[in-house]
Amino acid sequence: MSGDGNTASHGPAHRKVELATAAAIGLFGIIVVYGALQAGIGWGFEGPKAGFFPFIIGVILIGATCVNLWNGLQTSSSKVFSEWDELKRVWDVTWPIAIFIALVPYIGIYFASAVLIAYFMMRISDYGIGRTAIVALSVPFVTFLVFERWFLVALPKGPIEAMFGY
Amino acid sequence: MAEFANLFHGFATVLAFQDVNVFGTTMYLPFNIFIMIVGIVLGVIIGVLPGLGGANGVAILLPLTFSMQPTSAVILLSCIYWGALFGGAITSILFNIPGEPWSVATTFDGYPMAQQGKAGEALTTAFTSSFVGAFFAVIMITLLAPMVAAFALRFGAAEKFAVYFLAFASFVGLSKEPPFKTLAAMLIGFALAAFGTDHMTGSLRLTYGSDYLLPGFDFLIAVIGLFGIGEIMLTMEEGLKFKGKEAKINLHVVLQTWKKLPQYWWTYLRSCIIGCWMGITPAGATPASFMSYGIAKRVSKNGKNFGNGEIEGVIAPETAAHAAGKSALLPMLALGVPGSPTAAVLLGGLLIWNLQPGPMLFVENKEFVWGLIASMYLGNIVGLIIVLTCVPMLAAILRIPFGIIAPIILMFCAVGAYTVRNSFFDVVMMLVFGILGYLFKKTNYPLAPLVLAMVLGDRAEEAFRQALVGSAGNMGIFFSNGLVSSIMALGFIALFWSVISAGISRVRGAKPEAA
Repeated sequence: MSGDGNTASHGPAHRKVELATAAAIGLFGIIVVYGALQAGIGWGFEGPKAGFFPFIIGVILIGATCVNLWNGLQTSSSKVFSEWDELKRVWDVTWPIAIFIALVPYIGIYFASAVLIAYFMMRISDYGIGRTAIVALSVPFVTFLVFERWFLVALPKGPIEAMFGY
Repeated sequence: MAEFANLFHGFATVLAFQDVNVFGTTMYLPFNIFIMIVGIVLGVIIGVLPGLGGANGVAILLPLTFSMQPTSAVILLSCIYWGALFGGAITSILFNIPGEPWSVATTFDGYPMAQQGKAGEALTTAFTSSFVGAFFAVIMITLLAPMVAAFALRFGAAEKFAVYFLAFASFVGLSKEPPFKTLAAMLIGFALAAFGTDHMTGSLRLTYGSDYLLPGFDFLIAVIGLFGIGEIMLTMEEGLKFKGKEAKINLHVVLQTWKKLPQYWWTYLRSCIIGCWMGITPAGATPASFMSYGIAKRVSKNGKNFGNGEIEGVIAPETAAHAAGKSALLPMLALGVPGSPTAAVLLGGLLIWNLQPGPMLFVENKEFVWGLIASMYLGNIVGLIIVLTCVPMLAAILRIPFGIIAPIILMFCAVGAYTVRNSFFDVVMMLVFGILGYLFKKTNYPLAPLVLAMVLGDRAEEAFRQALVGSAGNMGIFFSNGLVSSIMALGFIALFWSVISAGISRVRGAKPEAA
């Protein structure tokens, strides 16, 4: 965080995030144009080829991104995107969601949810183990009844459900 | 007058008794009315909770309705939407936290009223205004939708594309976000829709040799990620300070407030018209509520007192938001172009039930269309009764700590994302879209056009390419007759509206003030 003056210590500059977002969108546009060229953008015997429309979309997207990049450069660099401790709070929910999703294929969605609820209740709101256990176990159990029993929608299940014959 | 016969038939569909299997016993119930009540209660709860909104609430529950009759399913989902519209007002007035983006303007005067101890009056006003706005919009849909649909039956591919163009151009021109960011967000949506199989030629594109990309991206995943996960991240960042006002609503307060409201008939009418206009051109409920509030502030003789708990400051945004929210269904039903993200999700549902939205729906699936319209009348009345009687209970939901509510919402988001296609990859994509949603919100890229473009991308492309096939590649097809040229011209006016309006105000500003 150099060259952002004294605000840099509070959080990343808004301008940097703005420019990075625009650049990422531009990159996405380039990927789309590349894919469209692979699919063919010309005129086939059936009319415009598959890449025709995505090519136009990608090109306009790159154009719009150039304008957004230019506008982003004009904004002042003193504005802060978010305070560091605000970003930390966002990070504190993001990584548990990622772990939760990673757990689903192995232990099933119900037990992964129980772990997620328990984590949130004990770390984000300071609940004791007793209350946490009640909520963390009952909510996935009710969800299980609603989906698997009443609506007959099968969700990912793991070894623990298998022990009960599901 | 055929509309009234159809509408009457629609009411019969909604009110009909059916044999319903309830926990193993068969009962004879007005099933659709029951579904309606369930939908509205769910919707209000969804509207009250942070991180769950109309669009992703409907998206999460959509897979549960696959086994239902299409009419019952759409009644359930649309009632969730109406309920969410009502629910946003409760949090705005009692907690100064808009439950939904379209109720931000309601906080300006609603919360001050609650601080002055007039929470009951503010809530009654908000609910009644919502009811009036929605009712006006439904009457308009009843009268106009069949006409628009009949007119649209004459549309060829070029005209269809022109309508899509108009819809998306008005987004760019009317949105309060920077136009090039709106354009970029929309094009991302179009690009995401293009991944996977090309529906016209059946060939693959943009898969880059990856099996995961073969089926393309489903917009429901995007909705759940962008609006659900992204919203939770934002709520976390802001930190949660729930300090609610107590609400006491009893019959006395309701009747006292109702006595006062008729004198504001002009505010109501103006807000209804603004709302319907903004709903049909897909600007949506949020800008409608702001615009209506702004105009009311300028026109009202109490304008200076706006922001300090003026009752008109609650009437104007609520009426317009609901008129816009409901009238967004008119273009969805009649043209297949949804006017809001939630309408887009409903449209996605119709496609899944093999109902093709657009003019032919009025010819081929009369019973479905009029059942839906009739359910909008009844749902509105049922909704008003439910919210007026259940406010204390609903406010209690908001007192459940975030540490409990957030993981439960996250669980339902994951369940919803998985059930769309039984794909684990979709759950991962949901988180990716969530992070994108957070970044885009913080950097002012609007999410609604992205979602709408994702829903309509394939259909807009199809119309575009079919038109070009017909003209052997000549772009002149989009200006080949009066109808298509005028729709395209309207589109260009909408696209450059910010430039045009800046020009107009400059010309006006140069002249001396007349009044």
